[in-house]
Amino acid sequence: MRAPDTILPLRAEGLGFSAGGIAILSDVSLTIAAGSPSIIVGPNGAGKSVLLRVLHGLLTPGTGRVLWAGDAARRQAMVFQRPVLLRRSVLANAVYPLKLAGVVAAEREPRARAALEMVGLAALADRPARRLSGGEQQRLALARAAALAPEVLFLDEPCASLDPAATRAVEEIVGTLAARGTKIVMTTHDLGQARRLAGEVLFLNGGRLREQTPAATFFNQPATPDAAAFLRGELVW
Amino acid sequence: MNDLGAAAATALNLVLTADPAVAQIVLLSLRVSFSALLIAALIGLPLGALLAVARFPGRGVILTVLNALMGLPPVVAGLLIYLLLSRSGPLGHLGLLFTPGAMIIAQAVLITPILAALSRQVLEGLWEEYAEQLRSFGAGPARAVPTLLWDGRFALLTVLLAGFGRACAEVGAVMVVGGNIEGFTRVMTTAIALETSAGNLPLALALGMVLMSIVLVVNALAQASRDFATRAGV
Repeated sequence: MRAPDTILPLRAEGLGFSAGGIAILSDVSLTIAAGSPSIIVGPNGAGKSVLLRVLHGLLTPGTGRVLWAGDAARRQAMVFQRPVLLRRSVLANAVYPLKLAGVVAAEREPRARAALEMVGLAALADRPARRLSGGEQQRLALARAAALAPEVLFLDEPCASLDPAATRAVEEIVGTLAARGTKIVMTTHDLGQARRLAGEVLFLNGGRLREQTPAATFFNQPATPDAAAFLRGELVW
Repeated sequence: MNDLGAAAATALNLVLTADPAVAQIVLLSLRVSFSALLIAALIGLPLGALLAVARFPGRGVILTVLNALMGLPPVVAGLLIYLLLSRSGPLGHLGLLFTPGAMIIAQAVLITPILAALSRQVLEGLWEEYAEQLRSFGAGPARAVPTLLWDGRFALLTVLLAGFGRACAEVGAVMVVGGNIEGFTRVMTTAIALETSAGNLPLALALGMVLMSIVLVVNALAQASRDFATRAGV
């Protein structure tokens, strides 16, 4: 059950971020509304991961601001490219963030087990998490985030180091979460994955947001020449 | 070689017959060193974890002091505790000088910096790995301390071991604050020092062998639990 109030839409105004004197994001303004997944695409080094971290609140923007419609502190979660699993059992990993989020003790394990069930890891609940395969680890990271029942879930290249079968499993989970009403905001450099998942596409290049359009429009009629070149498979920067 | 052979025979005899005097010395040694380890762990491990996660002005100075204190000579630590606990000292009214309590305090003072400095090193690597994920979960550095202590538990075992080794091997601090009183504050190291200077080399060597056996057993247990952790992947 979600509270009737919502933290969406998420608005960003004039975001800038630089590290070591090098601009990584420049003047990024966007609005992300509830609905089907928003997929951030762009070449490596475009600033996709940094943008996600700024939106999630892990990085403080040098300029501009991130505005949520409500108190977003406990209503958003993030899954990283390389999952960071605690040196504990699979179940304990899923329980841990619930404890931090202040979920009452009696509710933690049922919620964690339900999330493990959703990602197909229920049978491995007692295994040490770090003994799982790469794909299983990423599914556990998804379960851990899903157990929190976030309104917005950020995913940073969740399949970058996975084989096709594991990638497919992750995409199915992402699809399930999106169908349940979780807003997915995900980066990828895999255009095929963007086609499969995207409701809308945000094309980032050189730290600037070049396009934000419905997926069908982006893939058929990109508005900017660099997006067109990127779609043709040319190297852009 | 005669001394070593005689010592081995004496040691075996003392252990097999559970000589009450020797047993008392061994038990007191263990009680003092484990108590000191417990106190030092309760202070040193959280302190080390805190230093691993916190960034504040003066942190570098604290780390330097801590690292320097790792090499604190036991007699100096003993002297400081002696001054604090002596009748005219600020804590003299406690009447702890020349009691096992004073020895526990001295060893705890000696090994707390070791536990703090080593656990800081061990946990800093873990924190680098965990920081972003924990922040995403909404956990700041303070909340991360218990998480790091638990997830680093097997690595911290080695740290505790280093502290225990230092505590039960040192002689200077317990000698100064304990006074090496027979039947009351005499532990293995002070007994060895005394018997050596009295010319009773076989007994001194025998006690030395018992001491080394204890250290060996404790290390073997710790190694076994680390191996278990590696196999289990936790």
